Amino acid sequence: MSLSANSTKTLVLKLLAGALLMFGFAVFVMPPIYDLFCEITGLNGKTGERYQALPAAIDTSRQIKVQFIATNNETMPWVFKPSQQQIYVHPGEEVEVRYFAHNPTGRDMVAQAIPSVVPFKAAEYFHKTECFCFNSQALKAGQSADMALRFIVDPDVAKTVNTITLSYTLFDITAVTEG
Amino acid sequence: MAHGPAQGIRRWLYTTNHKDIGTLYLWFSFAMFLLGGVFALVIRAELFEPGMQIVEPEFFNQMTTMHGLVMVFGAVMPAFVGLANWMVPLMIGAPDMALPRMNNWSFWILPFAFAMLSSTLFMDGGAPNFGWTFYAPLSTTYAPPSVTFFIFAVHIMGASSIMGAINIIATIVNLRAPGMSYMKMPLFVWTWLITAFLLIAVMPVLAAVVTMMLFDIHFGTSFFNAAGGGDPVMFQHIFWFFGHPEVYIMILPAFGVVSAIIPTFARKSLFGYSSMVYATAAIAFLSFVVWAHHMFTVGMPLAGEMAFMYMTMLIAVPTGVKVFNWVATMFKGSMTFETPMLFSVAFVILFTIGGFSGLMLAIAPADFQYHDTYFVVAHFHYVLVPGAIFSITAGVYYWLPKWCGNMYNETLGKVHFWTAFIGLNVTFFPMHFAGLSGMPRRIPDYNMMFADWNMISTVGAFLFGAAQILFLFNVIATIRSKRPASDEVWDRPEGLEWTLPSPAPYHTFTKPPPLS
Ligand code: HEM
Ligand SMILES: [Cu+2]
Repeated sequence: MSLSANSTKTLVLKLLAGALLMFGFAVFVMPPIYDLFCEITGLNGKTGERYQALPAAIDTSRQIKVQFIATNNETMPWVFKPSQQQIYVHPGEEVEVRYFAHNPTGRDMVAQAIPSVVPFKAAEYFHKTECFCFNSQALKAGQSADMALRFIVDPDVAKTVNTITLSYTLFDITAVTEG
Repeated sequence: MAHGPAQGIRRWLYTTNHKDIGTLYLWFSFAMFLLGGVFALVIRAELFEPGMQIVEPEFFNQMTTMHGLVMVFGAVMPAFVGLANWMVPLMIGAPDMALPRMNNWSFWILPFAFAMLSSTLFMDGGAPNFGWTFYAPLSTTYAPPSVTFFIFAVHIMGASSIMGAINIIATIVNLRAPGMSYMKMPLFVWTWLITAFLLIAVMPVLAAVVTMMLFDIHFGTSFFNAAGGGDPVMFQHIFWFFGHPEVYIMILPAFGVVSAIIPTFARKSLFGYSSMVYATAAIAFLSFVVWAHHMFTVGMPLAGEMAFMYMTMLIAVPTGVKVFNWVATMFKGSMTFETPMLFSVAFVILFTIGGFSGLMLAIAPADFQYHDTYFVVAHFHYVLVPGAIFSITAGVYYWLPKWCGNMYNETLGKVHFWTAFIGLNVTFFPMHFAGLSGMPRRIPDYNMMFADWNMISTVGAFLFGAAQILFLFNVIATIRSKRPASDEVWDRPEGLEWTLPSPAPYHTFTKPPPLS
């Protein structure tokens, strides 16, 4: 009897540990794995962090069309648009473009732009050396800003990629930054 | 030692007896089944005709959400835990569950969880309205304030399921009568052992996903919030990593129940016992690697779509093995069709239809058409209603004489079966057609072109609802009747439970039964 009571106890503890482990796995392991997986595969179009530009040969034999899109998330009232719709770049060449933002409201606000690239397979070859999306953007009531984006399209990008579309969604994070 | 139960309400509040707790679980789940059924009838009544007639769209959404949650977590899962409480100790020759006190707790926290969940209906902003799958950001950024109560209710349900699962594993591993080796256990015990491991693996993931929601909503984290660097699609991955194994949690014990019933009424032993065990294990294992078949349309690379598509189709193989074995068991048997057998045969046929629509949905390019239409609703109701619900009903008719010592009325049982069978098919079969022609799920109003299918479905739904009232009546009438059942009840059934007197005494197998 006491033998079976003991083995029940160890079994229960093991099972309980298993349950806790799965909880920890879901909260602490799954999200980082998910991010890592997306980063490696370029899935969900997220682009990487700031890129250290390496001196690389510019591939003048190819031209890639880069299109810029700006979207406001739901009720975000800012004016937000790229200064040009699209440009042609050579892989390896560092280019600067600008986005314009204006806060037409009567209150100071903070925004965060979230980038996304299609096709997914180009995401990891789209390197940003400078981007307003690395930080949040604060604009006082009525203020405007010209925001810089510098990027390089990696010469290793697949030959089938002729067009890359970079889309920013602008989120209102005023409430979060105040809180 | 051989004392009876305490009297009155205390018997039920303080009980640690596996039979009492099994009974509590079963009655609770039946109450939830009726509550969830009322929600379903509100949905069907609104959909009887196109246009908005009875409820507001906001309330309609609360009904679809609450219907799903109550049926999955309140009706189906507790019913199987109740059957396990009653039958697992009797089937393996154990005196009780391994952890009787924890058993009491795992039941008694459930009514609180569901009281909390139901109370959200009366709160400002209403009950949860984001579907039983509660996708973020609908369930975070855009959720009604009652979402916090929903989250805590899910935590409590999860704790209850995990405790129940631990108890069942401990019972099966440690309390088998001498001579009851693993490969001699009845299949119901096997399927529950595997289900319990699934529960321990994925209920914590469900708890985790609602906890992450809680933090996103109240503590400023951004697990699922794109503005803060999170990703709402990750919610779907984590949810379905829980969700797909969850659907097998709701069907594996059902496989066990019909595997007990069909041999009795075919008067042959189960065909391919060991292949049944391995098929169950294979299904459980595969259920962890197919979750993204719920997400074919979110945007996955081709390789991902293909991998999940083939993995999903692979699950049909062990499932097919099971269906084959049930049919082979019946083949050339001397079959009779008492109520439990009717429900079981209907299970085999109709569950297979659900499996086929599942296969259609598993074809990724086709799913782009079917996804989020009534075709999906038809699919999962065919696997859950004549699957999970029919097997529970079959189990109740099969073991009720052993539980209460009286025989049910066969004629009433058959009337119940045929009303349920007809009601169910009239309700859910037309949904295939509505879905194939493009009717989206979870909408309170719809295009005129779907009017006929919906009217038929609603008529069927009320018939199916009426059948359940008959079920309630049958069970109560049996308990109060004076038609004693024999100890064997059926014609030479297999299993230790039939060696006991009817009704099964309060304490059984205090000495392990001798096994050959
Ligand atoms: C041969 C076996 C099966 C296959 C191939 C299969 C396949 C699928 C697929 C591909 C979907 C996603 C459809 C979509 O949303 O577009 C789905 C949904 C679903 N399946 Fe199955 N399935 C099978 C068996 C089962 C079983 C046994 C159950 C439960 C007992 C089940 C319950 C569900 C549920 C609840 C959903 C819908 C979830 C929701 O979106 O609300 N399935 N199934
Ligand atoms: Cu699934």
